[in-house]
Amino acid sequence: MTLMKSLSGAAAALALTAGAALAEPALIYDLGGKFDKSFNEAAFNGAQRWAEETGGEFRDIELQSEAQREQALRRFAEAGLNPVVTTGFSMATPIANVAPDYPDTKFVTIDGYVDPEEHPNVLSILFSEHEGSFLVGMLAAMASETGTVGFVGGMDIPLIRKFACGYAQGVKAVDADAEIIANMTGTTPAAWNDPVKGSELAKAQISQGADVIFAAAGGTGIGVLQTAADEGIYSIGVDSNQNYLHPGSVLSSMLKRVDVAVYDAMSAGADLETGVQVLGLAEEGVGYALDEHNAELISDEMQAQVEEAKSRIIDGEITVTDYTAEDSCPALTF
Amino acid sequence: MDFLTALQVLDSTVRLSTPLLLACLAGLFSERSGIFDIGLEGKMLAAAFFSAAVAFTSGSVWMGLLAGTAASIALSAIHGFASITFRGNQLISGVAINFLAAGTTVVVAQSWFAQGGRTPSLPPEGRFQTITLPFAEALRDVPIAGPIYHELISGHSILVYVGLLAVPLTWWVLFRTRFGLRLRAVGEAPEAVDTAGISVVGLRYAAVAIAGVLCGIAGAYLATGLQAGFVKDMTAGRGFIALAALIFSKWRPWHALGACLLFGFLQAIALRYQNIDLGAFTVPVQVMDAAPYILTVVILAGFVGRAIPPRAGGEPYVKER
Repeated sequence: MTLMKSLSGAAAALALTAGAALAEPALIYDLGGKFDKSFNEAAFNGAQRWAEETGGEFRDIELQSEAQREQALRRFAEAGLNPVVTTGFSMATPIANVAPDYPDTKFVTIDGYVDPEEHPNVLSILFSEHEGSFLVGMLAAMASETGTVGFVGGMDIPLIRKFACGYAQGVKAVDADAEIIANMTGTTPAAWNDPVKGSELAKAQISQGADVIFAAAGGTGIGVLQTAADEGIYSIGVDSNQNYLHPGSVLSSMLKRVDVAVYDAMSAGADLETGVQVLGLAEEGVGYALDEHNAELISDEMQAQVEEAKSRIIDGEITVTDYTAEDSCPALTF
Repeated sequence: MDFLTALQVLDSTVRLSTPLLLACLAGLFSERSGIFDIGLEGKMLAAAFFSAAVAFTSGSVWMGLLAGTAASIALSAIHGFASITFRGNQLISGVAINFLAAGTTVVVAQSWFAQGGRTPSLPPEGRFQTITLPFAEALRDVPIAGPIYHELISGHSILVYVGLLAVPLTWWVLFRTRFGLRLRAVGEAPEAVDTAGISVVGLRYAAVAIAGVLCGIAGAYLATGLQAGFVKDMTAGRGFIALAALIFSKWRPWHALGACLLFGFLQAIALRYQNIDLGAFTVPVQVMDAAPYILTVVILAGFVGRAIPPRAGGEPYVKER
């Protein structure tokens, strides 16, 4: 009997610790991997900042395959972690499948869209990448001497076309005659991690006259930036600030403040407000990077023009077409 | 397509074909001796990581090449141990090597450099620089031949030339030396070789070791020749395309060169022209990416002559009692 008692006591203690762990948030990275120097790493940095500032702890996992998505979500939800923050558009469907089973857990999808009516415990955070890409497109057109600029995308998905489309519109806004060479690395997730192919694409674009290349391609972008630096042309990084990778060659980076989104979600904790959140230029969710590594490349005049365009986009005087909404692009054909 | 564009595409073909070619020749040696090797991908990946890691820490690209080759040979030794000494299933051993390499490279990279499973960017002395062949600059302005020499033949890293020289060398070793004859025999009829008093196990280990060296060079070329560092899974399926090329070439060295150049050319075309507009219809880029596999299936199905693998391939040799 005493044994029974102590056993149930232990069980109760376990249940209590499980309850205490409720406040711990979780983070699931997409297939690009935690340290892709880009999108997922930005999410990690946000979580890290939250952990340092609050002294809290978070759990995270790097997905290795498509099949793990639902599994990881359920694991974390069952462990009582809340909120469960995920990166990557591919998490939308798994979240929609899993969320109804765990009504007390808040799920956050960055880049994915889950219907807020059907799933009241999901927060979809979307970024206006087209607006940020528009600004770096302007920079590219101003820095280009040949009038030809390049774009290297990762996997050919609507989201990456959204980057390309915004970029092309920005280029055309500065130089209506500019030529834009847009290439995608591939159609499978391997396209996020193939720097060799990224290099070859960059070389092919350079030989066609491109002297500024924007890489929105995760780990593949490392190869693009490297080749641009080797060949002495400009490149533009993506998601995280990649200016430091090749100072003097990386013209700027299209920032997507995934770190801020993750930080905010984790700070809100279990009281997170769900629904749909769109972070654009006005919310400082996207932007272009300016730091000591590229200060010499961006002249005051360039900066002034971009800042002006930025405020005009925020005021609604310039509308940048969103590829994912229109399914077509006015400045670029794919 | 003008002349210069054609040259650039061919230039890109050479760069993309080299890792395929080296891996394909590695597979050729191994499979000609009767050991199937689907671990080419893993060996290349391990070599890519260790060559980049050592090139970064030592500052010498040659030390990197050595370390990469050593890592690849170590994996070959495991494959040999499992499939020659212990007579295990060669395919399973190969798959295991691929998994082992994919996992360990990232874990070791993370623990050494803490940059998330990648190596830091290599300094110039840690990379194979492109070599300008003699007279390349002087002959540049000669019509036709000048640009071909300058753009296409000159200006690659030394490993490209090593890869190209490996083809005649492989042919000579396999078809003109005693060692090669025995190696081919051991892949066709190991019992005959054994009867002649020659060690089947020794020959097979030798073949697997040569495969390790060639995969090592291929991996080092990816990480220190084409790129400036290692990124996880950077081989991106090239080991499997090399296997496809091996079947496509029906296990012959010169044909392997042709197959690898063809597959590299298809990739280069796909990178240069994403969707090819043929007027009546457009060829989507995915068709080009899938072409190596489609062609291999066509060959395997027997449409263009039959691809007959070495007869004793995949069979562990058991001495008669």
